[in-house]
Amino acid sequence: MGRTFWQRFSLISLFLWAFRITVVLVVVVGTYGTLSSGKYGPAQWIDIVIFGLSQGSIYALIALGYTMVYGILRMINFAHGEVFMSGAYTAYFAAAALNGFGFLARHPFLGLLIVLVVAMATATGVGLLVERIAYRPLRRAPRLVPLIAAIGASFFLQYTFRGFFGAGFQAYPDWPLFKGQMVVAGIGILRTQAVAIVGAVFLMVALYLFVMRTKIGTAMRAVSEDMEVAAMMGINVDRVIVVTFGVGAAAAGAAGVLYALVFKQVWFFMGFVPGIKAFTSAVLGGIGNIPGAMVGGLFLGLIESAGPILFLDGLGIPAPNQLKDVFAFTMLVLVLIFRPTGILGERLAAKKA
Amino acid sequence: MVFLGLVGMVEVFARKAIIVGVISLGHTLLLLTGLAAGLQAAARAGRRPIPALGAALLAGAMSGVVVCAFIVVGTSANLRGMFVNASPALFGLLSFGRGTAGIPLVVLAWTVVSLLGGTFAILPPAIRRPLSAGGAAVLLLGLFQELLQLLLQEGTIRPLVRAFFFDNDGLVVRGAVTGLAAAVVWSAVRQRWRPSIRTRFLHMTPRNRRASLYLVLLLTVVVLFYLPIFLGEFVSQVLVFVGLFTLMGLGLNLEVGFAGLLDLGFVAFFAIGAYTVALLTTPEKYALVHLPFWAAVPVAVLVSLIAGIFFGLPILGIRGDYLAIATLGFGEIIRLLVLSDFLKPWLGGARGIVNLPKPVLFGFEFKQFGQLFWITLAASALIAFVAARLRDSRLGRSWMAIREDEDVAEAVGINTINAKLLAYGLGGAFAGMGGAIFAVMIGSVFPQSFSLLVSINTLALIIVGGVGSLPGVIVGSLFLVGLPELLREFSEFRFLVYGAVLILMMQVRPEGLWPAVSVAREFRPDEGPSPAREEALATGGEGGG
Repeated sequence: MGRTFWQRFSLISLFLWAFRITVVLVVVVGTYGTLSSGKYGPAQWIDIVIFGLSQGSIYALIALGYTMVYGILRMINFAHGEVFMSGAYTAYFAAAALNGFGFLARHPFLGLLIVLVVAMATATGVGLLVERIAYRPLRRAPRLVPLIAAIGASFFLQYTFRGFFGAGFQAYPDWPLFKGQMVVAGIGILRTQAVAIVGAVFLMVALYLFVMRTKIGTAMRAVSEDMEVAAMMGINVDRVIVVTFGVGAAAAGAAGVLYALVFKQVWFFMGFVPGIKAFTSAVLGGIGNIPGAMVGGLFLGLIESAGPILFLDGLGIPAPNQLKDVFAFTMLVLVLIFRPTGILGERLAAKKA
Repeated sequence: MVFLGLVGMVEVFARKAIIVGVISLGHTLLLLTGLAAGLQAAARAGRRPIPALGAALLAGAMSGVVVCAFIVVGTSANLRGMFVNASPALFGLLSFGRGTAGIPLVVLAWTVVSLLGGTFAILPPAIRRPLSAGGAAVLLLGLFQELLQLLLQEGTIRPLVRAFFFDNDGLVVRGAVTGLAAAVVWSAVRQRWRPSIRTRFLHMTPRNRRASLYLVLLLTVVVLFYLPIFLGEFVSQVLVFVGLFTLMGLGLNLEVGFAGLLDLGFVAFFAIGAYTVALLTTPEKYALVHLPFWAAVPVAVLVSLIAGIFFGLPILGIRGDYLAIATLGFGEIIRLLVLSDFLKPWLGGARGIVNLPKPVLFGFEFKQFGQLFWITLAASALIAFVAARLRDSRLGRSWMAIREDEDVAEAVGINTINAKLLAYGLGGAFAGMGGAIFAVMIGSVFPQSFSLLVSINTLALIIVGGVGSLPGVIVGSLFLVGLPELLREFSEFRFLVYGAVLILMMQVRPEGLWPAVSVAREFRPDEGPSPAREEALATGGEGGG
């Protein structure tokens, strides 16, 4: 119980420094241990990196929704993971139906497009519904109120889907074209992963252009700078918020399709963990910052797939891959503690202060 | 409105319990949906009869048409590939067993029901209240029929009562009518007399008021003490759960309700308490020492307290919704670590630690749920007392200042760091005690018991009860933990209902069912000193005593 400011301050910061040093020590010692043991060859590392990138690009796509909504409303759309799940689930039904009469084998890309559109449409619908029912009435309420409503919406959606479609896993149909590996520049890549990366990057670029180049995108940026001034300039704030939710949800829906392509199954609880990870990505890149979310997502995907092996295997911890999610969550906590503004995000920090 | 009907209905058919032998629970739910639709529409159209009834009529007809469209689609195409619940049974239920031929009947039924709802909305309260009380009574009798029958099995008079109200399948018509009549009469009488009782209470001398409060408290304690003997094992188990969640809720209430720190990783402390007791008492190989339960509980509470402080240290600087996410991350990290192979040699991995001995006091073994309930009750009472004293202490006031505005609190000289750390620590200690009792109740601990859902459950119950309110925690855990356990039909939809309840509560009654005085004032500033507030003040005094 220190009485003066300095005594207290130094105690806390001492603890935080100890915390930092532990983290760095674990990373350094673990990396050294793993690399010097030579258990993993270059081919395995490349596999790990590609897996990380494909996962990371999906996280990035989901993170866009978090980041855009946060940028405008300063609220965490806790139900965003469930929007993602709803996209993946409807994509499953669309794909299964198309697969039923052999459409996917004949027109794989058209099929993918249809599935994507269906998923994006559903996700947008769900996202807008959540906004309308759960968030809009609470826009002026104290901060914790919408967050709790969002948690409620998240559970409501999960268990609605569970009630609708059952509690089990559903196996995704295989795209005949996307089976097996392909070789790009001498590196073997699973085709599904390649599709996920390319699709996600394509959508992110499209979204970036949408926000930067179109009129409504400009309005979005204006509202996120200052809602009241934007309203005074004649921007219809409500409409911008709806569009933001819609676009974010559409991105999440597309991410759902890509996720299902890579992991080949859907279930009602699938949105939770990717949702949290996407949020981590958004925070990592600096929340409210669109390129930041993309970078954050890729970074998180890489850390998550390479980190456990790189850092923990060298420490002699058994089955490091079980700790994959621990890694993601630790990243989350570390970022929130030490750099809540994220890697790229200085913009919001200045504003919040 | 119509959408709600659709979502609800898809799941209805699973609720098969027969109520009166005349009407099933599924139909009751449909009926209620229809009534609610009419009520809503009428309320929106205002209180004048003609537009209100018109709106109700329209709403009912629309719902009916939608349901019919659903029936047509459902019976002609097979939807089961997608919607697992879209079975023929559901459509049978919806169309009164007549298939597509029943459509006119369906539309008519929905319209009439909705119209009834609308009529209900424009009735004067003096008639409306007894009627809704009667309806609720019948519904409750029907819903809890299994439970009530169980309770009325023994003795001499009880079986007679049982035979009057129930047969083997459920509530019978004469029972329902009696229940209805009783509730109507009771409600009417209450309306008459209740205000006078309240004013009498408020006009007592302070000493008498205190005395009567203590009397009520004493009576409650006696009743609660004898409850498990009267109610039997099953209900006692439910009560133990309610008690445990009350403990957790009281702990989380310190953080969320008093200090305004939204913590979604709260289950971690529960787990820490449970694992500490497990490690200290188990006869298995994981044991650190072999202590009796009574020695292990204080250790568990202490460990959780320290864990809470260490948990709080790194996140002192995080605020608001970031804090919620960070704590969520913490909670998940703890669970995943316990589950992993990494800590398996110490904590038993997914299999957990089993075979915990039951607590023994002076040779008396607390084996059954009814006996464990006493422990839970004692712990809850103790913790509630501590929480009430904390609320009224200097520390409690600092917490509330932090909740209102952290910067201002710091500026007026509150040591926010210590106050926040103590909130985490004490909240963690309360949950640790809950975890300790949970461990011996189940007789084993494994990581699956400590999922995020427990945190959400706890959060939901303190929000429903009223953030920052101590009686609210008990009300909340009775509603959100006790009810779903008792109503097995609903337990599958528990989280669906939680989600809906959280959203609804935030919009309709963000201050909770039994709000803390200050919070209620904040949310309803215009109401001023009303009878409700005086009542809250009076009961607030009871919580403190």
